[in-house]
Amino acid sequence: MTAQPLPTAPPAPTVPGAARERSIRIAVLAMGGEGGGVLADWIVKMAERAGHRAQTTSVPGVAQRTGATIYYIELFPPKAAGSNAPDPVLALMPVPGDVDVVLASELMEAGRAIQRGIVTPDRTTLVTSTNRVFAMTEKIALGDGRVDDAALFEACTLAANRLVAFDMAALAERNGSVISAALFGALAGSRALPFARSDFEETIREGGVGVAPSLRAFGASFEEAVKPPGLSAPDRTMPSAPADRQDLAHLIASAEAAVPAAAREVIRAGVLKTADHQDLAYARDYVARVERMVAVDRAHGDGSHRLVVEVARYLALGMAYEDTIRVAELKIRASRFRRVAEEVRLKDGQILEIAEFLHPRLQEIAETVPAPLGRFLLNVRWARNMVEAATSSGKVVTTTSLRGFLMLYAVARMKPLRRRSMRWAEEQAHLDRWLAVVAETAARDHDLAVETAECLNLVKGYGDTHMRGKTNYARILAVLAQVPSAAVLADLRKAALADEHGNKLTEAMARHGLAP
Amino acid sequence: MAERSFKEEVQSLYLGEGEVFRGEGILAITKALLQAGVSYVGGYQGAPISHLMDVLSDANDILADLGVHFESSASEATAAATLAASVNYPLRGAVTFKSTVGTNVASDALANLASGGVTGGAMMIVGEDYGEGSSIMQERSHAFAMKSQVWLLDPRPNLPTIVNMVEKGFELSEASNTPVMLEVRIRACHVYGSFVCKDNVRPSFTLKDALENPRRDVNRIVLPPASYLHEKEKLETRWPAAVKFIQDNGLNEVFAGDVDDVGIVMQGGMYNTALRALELLDLADAYGNARVPLYVLNVTYPLVDAEFVKFCAGKKAILIVEEGQPEFIEQAVNTILRRADVQTRVHGKDMLPMGGEYTGGVMRDGFARFFGKYHAGLIAHVPKPAPEVKDRVKAALDRIDGQVHGRPPSFCTGCPERPIFTAMKLVERDLGTHHVSCDIGCHLFSILPPFNIGATTMGYGLGGAGAAAFNTKETSKRAISIMGDGGFWHNGIASSVGNAVFNKSDNVIIVVDNGYSAATGGQDILSSSAANPIRATGNPIEKAVRGMGATWVKTLTNTYDLKTMTATLRDALTTPAKGPKVIVAQSECMLNKQRRVKPQIAKAVKDGKRMVRQRFGVDADTCTGDHSCIRLSGCPSLTVAPNPDPLRKDPVTQVINSCVGCGLCGEVSHAAVLCPSFFRASIIDNPTGWDRFKARVRDRVIGWLQRRMARDEIVAA
Repeated sequence: MTAQPLPTAPPAPTVPGAARERSIRIAVLAMGGEGGGVLADWIVKMAERAGHRAQTTSVPGVAQRTGATIYYIELFPPKAAGSNAPDPVLALMPVPGDVDVVLASELMEAGRAIQRGIVTPDRTTLVTSTNRVFAMTEKIALGDGRVDDAALFEACTLAANRLVAFDMAALAERNGSVISAALFGALAGSRALPFARSDFEETIREGGVGVAPSLRAFGASFEEAVKPPGLSAPDRTMPSAPADRQDLAHLIASAEAAVPAAAREVIRAGVLKTADHQDLAYARDYVARVERMVAVDRAHGDGSHRLVVEVARYLALGMAYEDTIRVAELKIRASRFRRVAEEVRLKDGQILEIAEFLHPRLQEIAETVPAPLGRFLLNVRWARNMVEAATSSGKVVTTTSLRGFLMLYAVARMKPLRRRSMRWAEEQAHLDRWLAVVAETAARDHDLAVETAECLNLVKGYGDTHMRGKTNYARILAVLAQVPSAAVLADLRKAALADEHGNKLTEAMARHGLAP
Repeated sequence: MAERSFKEEVQSLYLGEGEVFRGEGILAITKALLQAGVSYVGGYQGAPISHLMDVLSDANDILADLGVHFESSASEATAAATLAASVNYPLRGAVTFKSTVGTNVASDALANLASGGVTGGAMMIVGEDYGEGSSIMQERSHAFAMKSQVWLLDPRPNLPTIVNMVEKGFELSEASNTPVMLEVRIRACHVYGSFVCKDNVRPSFTLKDALENPRRDVNRIVLPPASYLHEKEKLETRWPAAVKFIQDNGLNEVFAGDVDDVGIVMQGGMYNTALRALELLDLADAYGNARVPLYVLNVTYPLVDAEFVKFCAGKKAILIVEEGQPEFIEQAVNTILRRADVQTRVHGKDMLPMGGEYTGGVMRDGFARFFGKYHAGLIAHVPKPAPEVKDRVKAALDRIDGQVHGRPPSFCTGCPERPIFTAMKLVERDLGTHHVSCDIGCHLFSILPPFNIGATTMGYGLGGAGAAAFNTKETSKRAISIMGDGGFWHNGIASSVGNAVFNKSDNVIIVVDNGYSAATGGQDILSSSAANPIRATGNPIEKAVRGMGATWVKTLTNTYDLKTMTATLRDALTTPAKGPKVIVAQSECMLNKQRRVKPQIAKAVKDGKRMVRQRFGVDADTCTGDHSCIRLSGCPSLTVAPNPDPLRKDPVTQVINSCVGCGLCGEVSHAAVLCPSFFRASIIDNPTGWDRFKARVRDRVIGWLQRRMARDEIVAA
């Protein structure tokens, strides 16, 4: 119907309830810089080539600066439009319950689409990548602030009429392309739009930018789209002893035999870690300590052997503490050089230089050297001033240069002296106290003992971070006797990781009536 | 030069009579301006009309060919004042800005312009930033139209209607000697569509004609007694002339429907969404044929009494679809109908929400309420979602409760503003927290995690002004205010810096000088360092600040140098020097820098030149997953990843390949004594013979030592 000025306004007959022609409604949820606009343009161009009326719009604004944004597209099929038919009225924003296809570049964005009500079980084909681009709130947590991927994925399966979901970011990466091309391929593979694969591909070709890699990613994604949706499992390979280390293999075998099946993977990793940190004797020491906890678990455990697993985990991490020797050693290994080259995607003919940002402080140096020397550095004023002056600012050490490498190599080679350092003595005592407390607590309340074991995770990091963790750990352990249950202890542990100043921990302790 | 280039797209501005234009709304508006024969255009950038400024800038050659002058206005006030050219001369002119923030700034000039009236058509294209994705306070441009009696056009959001309303708007302006505002919402600005073109028109009366034959009319100047005359003219001449023009030209549209004892009145901009909502209630088809009569206001101010009376004839009730608050139209319609003694019930905000964007879902529910009251039978057959559908949706929502976090905009990868806030965080550690007054611009992202810095923001260039009251001798503690270079030139130079100098403030003002009006899309400003063929750039901010009388002024040319940044900030907060302490923190906007240098680097590498690219990384085996580094930086390329160590549960920090090697990570880990996990990788392309020789020697020595070490190495990384 055409618009008319007011004077002439006869009611026009319409056909109530007649079968309605309907536009195809597509929403794209992406983050700034992910090519959501490119994807929307591709869909429009493809539809126009096929004679559809196409409209797209978006709300970019400041969303370009890494924020979440939504593109909305409507397509109107040509057979319905006909040659004399007027232009359809296409909407500029999605209506909940009325969207045919939702494309999401990331799993949390798919969740956002569900929350907005635009993914519904009676209508919507949801095409989403399952990779995660973490939100700021997830990244700034002092521990693990990530949301539950499985929950997001499950919601996708519940809310969508059809779900096409796989890690398109990884697929795009493998094919040297970007996620928009992978999403376009998955959209084609979903068969949710009335266009042939060749229509999609021709659109990419016409675009003329990065055609070959885009088509590669498109094709791979097209194939993947027909498979059942799923979350890719995290890539964690269990380490094993080097082939030439029979002694270590024996230790692992006997350690595995000594613990319940649930703890085998952890103890194997623990043996390897402690042996790597120091030597075989240290690893034996580790196994012996775990074995004592096996006995405690046998007496007080609930059959899940969580106590053994968690103690084996945190004991290994605690024993392999990060001192300057450890850091130097890890920084200069050939395997680490290879890993960096891989991470920066070093190509043939390029040269890689690696510079470290180190800031060792007096305390750390004094703790690393043999104890008498350490005490000398800490207590004799001139020695102390000298070291402090030398470490007042951070150092940039180029480990790929001879000078830088040799410097760290010298530090790493101090490993045999480590047993005589102040830090060594301190750490062993700290761990033994922790083990004793866990064992004692197990006799009282098994679940509380498991939580107590977990508390060791509060002590981590370097410098101020390490100090903060130690303080929080000490504060919690000081009131452990009064803590009534595992749930309360878990709450304290969470509070200790909620801010950098310990305020939340103070609040939590007050809330549970625990005197500091 | 702006972030987005329209060099290719602007070619469609050359299209002639009968040719089909395809493209975005803002480009269509530009084409419409040329078809309307404008003599000058101007404006100030800001979403959603930033791209309109970018299009005009990229189209400068085309504009020049047609004798059209394009001005990058210093502010919206400047833009509105530019329309003064149409007061005495038959020159058509248009300016554009973001609304309501831009209209706020423009309103001084706007009120004066509207008072005296215009001879040539004068149009303000305002990008109405309301609802989803909006970055400003939720207000309406409508109020400005009413208070100054400026006609407000709100066309249906499709390109033919928008283009037509631009042309008709100029005619309306001339017929009623009144400036007009064309309101376009975010989605309409960015909507992709098509329309049939007309030829561009070269203005018959030019700026040259005006300058060579100056005219004046003291009655057009706002000074008594002319100002009283203006009010009389507005009410007795201009308003009636406008109403007549609107009626004669059918600017508002009525669409008939068979259920004609009710009707829906709407702002033009609401049309597409309203039709979709009706379609979902089975009250309209895909082509806009609705069963209920529609009265679409492409002009929302002034309203035409006679049209309302006529539309309401024989109707029990009407529903007014008016987005935003207060409900100016609904109030006016009640008055109109009462005066005419028409008994039609008027619904609006009683059935639709008072505030917030009128989305399809909101309108569908509002319409259902309206028809439920007057024609329940009409929508009774509309199927509701089946129970199992509802259940599944509910189950899905329950499952993700708390799992979907907000994703507000943030500083880009490598942003030079980030280290400024990192420095503030570090200084906070020993000097305590300060009152921080913020401004408008990317730097306002500081108020969000991870920085959480800033207490208020009072407007563009008003960062310093917002701290003005904190000027007391009773404490040595100072307030810090932040301002961008965009805000500084927009008005901060006088409102913030000049004000602080004059009032002997001891506060600290940080001017973030990133070389562009970055938040609005990287447009050039006075202090931009890039050479711009049509603008005068390269005017240093420090010179301007000193010109205002400030004496403690420090320009830091590398914001990433955290040591200098923290030292300068500490100095500014503690120095006994009197007067405002101004720090100009200068480093190029990384988004624009990357856009500028990336092609250059790629070309150099291709040409075989030795190039060094740097990026940062984190060693997963020394990272203990505390994420202090992220809390002090917040860079998008600094993220977390599952811990490769089977023993550890907390995710490790990871630098992804989008890292541009700005260096902040390293600076932070030094300055905050964080952890030894950060490394900088330098990747040398096309190494020289000397590079290769050095690499060979050290690989041999280091490799030998590494093999010795590997004998004791157990856990392969």
